[in-house]
Amino acid sequence: MDHFARLGLPAALDLDAAALDRAYFALQRQWHPDRFVAKPPEDRVRASAEAASVNEAYRTLKDPLSRAFYMAGMAGVDLPGDGKTIDDPDLLMEAMEAREALHDADTPEAVDKLAVEARQDVHKALAELASLFLANDRAAIRKTLLRLRYLDKFAEEARARRMNIDRSNA
Amino acid sequence: MTLLEIHEPGETPLPHAGEGSLAVGIDLGTTNSVVAIARDGTPAALHDETGRALVPSVVAYPEAGGVLVGDQARALVSSEPRNVVASIKRLMGRGAADLHAVAGVLPYEVEPGTGQTDMVKLRIGGRARSPVEISAEILKALRARAEAALEKPVERAVITVPAYFDDAARTATRDAARVAGLEVLRLVNEPTAAALAYGLDKGSEGLYAVYDLGGGTFDFSLLRLEKGVFQVLATGGDTALGGDDFDRAIAERLLEERKGDGLADEVDETAVKAALALSRHMKEQLSDRDQTSGRLEIAGVPSFHTLTREEFDAMVDSHVARTLEISRNVLADAGMGAADVEGVVLVGGSTRVPLVRTKVAGMIGKPPLTDIDPDEVVALGAALQAEALTGGGDTLLLDVTPLSLGLETMGGIVEKIVPRNTPIPAQLAQDFTTYQDGQSAMSIHVVQGEREMVADCRSLARFELLGIPPMTAGAARIRVSFAVDADGLLTVAAEERTTGVAQRVEVKPSYGLSHEDMADMLYDSMDNAEADMNLRLLTEARVEARRGILALEAALAKDGKLLSGEERAAIDATRARLETAMEGESRDEINAAAEALETLSKPFAERRMDRGIREALSGMSMGDLESRVGE
Repeated sequence: MDHFARLGLPAALDLDAAALDRAYFALQRQWHPDRFVAKPPEDRVRASAEAASVNEAYRTLKDPLSRAFYMAGMAGVDLPGDGKTIDDPDLLMEAMEAREALHDADTPEAVDKLAVEARQDVHKALAELASLFLANDRAAIRKTLLRLRYLDKFAEEARARRMNIDRSNA
Repeated sequence: MTLLEIHEPGETPLPHAGEGSLAVGIDLGTTNSVVAIARDGTPAALHDETGRALVPSVVAYPEAGGVLVGDQARALVSSEPRNVVASIKRLMGRGAADLHAVAGVLPYEVEPGTGQTDMVKLRIGGRARSPVEISAEILKALRARAEAALEKPVERAVITVPAYFDDAARTATRDAARVAGLEVLRLVNEPTAAALAYGLDKGSEGLYAVYDLGGGTFDFSLLRLEKGVFQVLATGGDTALGGDDFDRAIAERLLEERKGDGLADEVDETAVKAALALSRHMKEQLSDRDQTSGRLEIAGVPSFHTLTREEFDAMVDSHVARTLEISRNVLADAGMGAADVEGVVLVGGSTRVPLVRTKVAGMIGKPPLTDIDPDEVVALGAALQAEALTGGGDTLLLDVTPLSLGLETMGGIVEKIVPRNTPIPAQLAQDFTTYQDGQSAMSIHVVQGEREMVADCRSLARFELLGIPPMTAGAARIRVSFAVDADGLLTVAAEERTTGVAQRVEVKPSYGLSHEDMADMLYDSMDNAEADMNLRLLTEARVEARRGILALEAALAKDGKLLSGEERAAIDATRARLETAMEGESRDEINAAAEALETLSKPFAERRMDRGIREALSGMSMGDLESRVGE
């Protein structure tokens, strides 16, 4: 059973967050081990396994990026593992320029500006993905997902840089 | 008469329900512990005869025999310091790396491991005792209090742990409960329990933060409350940061001030405990006044100290700043900003410190919620959960893993399998392969922590997967699965999947302390012991020399004319040599110069004595003389 089916939701990139939460809470009410404290051991083992699967489905689908990667996997898109070198020259150039800009940003405001831009790029790329999935354009899905993965990493680096600046100002 | 009861799936009452055995909630704290019970959704802390809910988490093994817990144990701190142990929670499931964090707070002798568990053991009351045994005594006392108050047997409990407690510390807590004869219904994270106490009271909805600063640990958690569901979104903390650090900062200053006054203290266990006790008192006083003072007595020598709120704030500012940094990280982990937070709940006695309140309010932009006693709120939440687990109830607690769990891969790098803030229970797996032709075994090393290198993470378990059939490198498919249960406890399994020959190993992490760790720990403590001893002897020599010089000065002022110019010059020169030696670090030089000065001034002392006797005798009656001698 795929994660969408487990939660009883349509396999869509633009999943309704509230519907996801509702489905998740209902299933946890049914399967959470706290509801099985007084049950025989075999029931408790089953409940724990069910609750864990529901958690895994929820965790995978909740974050839009991880949801997109999961859907790409379902669509048979071949993605390189995390941490592999970037094989797209455009993306490589974009990444290098962005890193340089981050390196030069030495005020919290400057770092925040870069982080906000990265977030906007994420939203734009996710919006593009929806139509690519509809067209089942695997090459384009792959290219966009790799760019999303890079943007996500960049946001993380911006956060670390921001923290360092805050710390040295404190 | 009820012939048949119908229950929703999963909501059947326990077989024991109605048999008179009750389930309580226990906050097993670093400084204080509390036991509480909930009935019909209303929790109450259980009090002793004098009406107090807090049981100091102090255990004593008195010379006279038996075991004492709480105030009675604390009363023995001054008379039998070696038989009293406090803040044991800091050592639950602890290893060598964490021990220096508690040094000074726990001046106890550490025992070498027995080889069975490799858990830290302390020599208390003349015997090696594990933190599990010592914590079990606190739990037994809480259980006895509950049984006395409820007049029924108590065999089951929900026990709270800091959200940031790692696997070893959680296992140790469960073991302690078992030793105390309590079945643990669930280990619940302290901040979650606190939110439960608040949420049910107020029917709150939205995003809430729990800032929990106790005696020894700090936790910050973000929870979403919605229609009876308590969903933890993210959590973070530090297991070696708390009010004890505030006490230590004050104590260091007190001892410093005494040194400044020329008092030479032997800074031993008793002195440290006395300084810490006064420090705690001064800290508490500063919660509602701007200035406090106190009297410290070490080895019969008193000193008086004052401390202003401003000075105290400056001393603890860096600790508070660290808690805010952790809090902001947790917010970022959940993808939230401070503005999204509806309210922040303060938990733990250390949140009474005004600076903490101001800074937390400043970060969230709202005054914190403090209407439930921060010392009791966790136990009250645990009691509610105990009731929910035994009698049904509609509350649902969805918690997360506090720390990432992973495996060591080539080059000592960590491959994370279960990232932090994963909802529990969780079951995650990853496939690995062999890197050599014909490789028949694979070493599996389970670690916990956020760092990239194994050396910086906490080692939980090591085991070997044996019997892998001979294959070319990279052909085997070894699946390692991690299961984290609802108590946050981990089980790891590994199997080879291509051949169907399922070699399966299950591992419950141990206390994570290897023999090497233990040896290092012992060497460290011995090294420090020598340095400490040398420093003490040097200080003693300086003080002794200073005392000699002061006596000589007084004598010279009074009877300097008894000396010839030559004699006086010699004494002055030797005195100068002694003063130079006192500024240095050599105890031998100080002692040699002091001895030379004493030899040189001996004739002077004798002459003074002679003269003193002659003066005293001249024109005095026998009665005068006797009263003089008696002075």
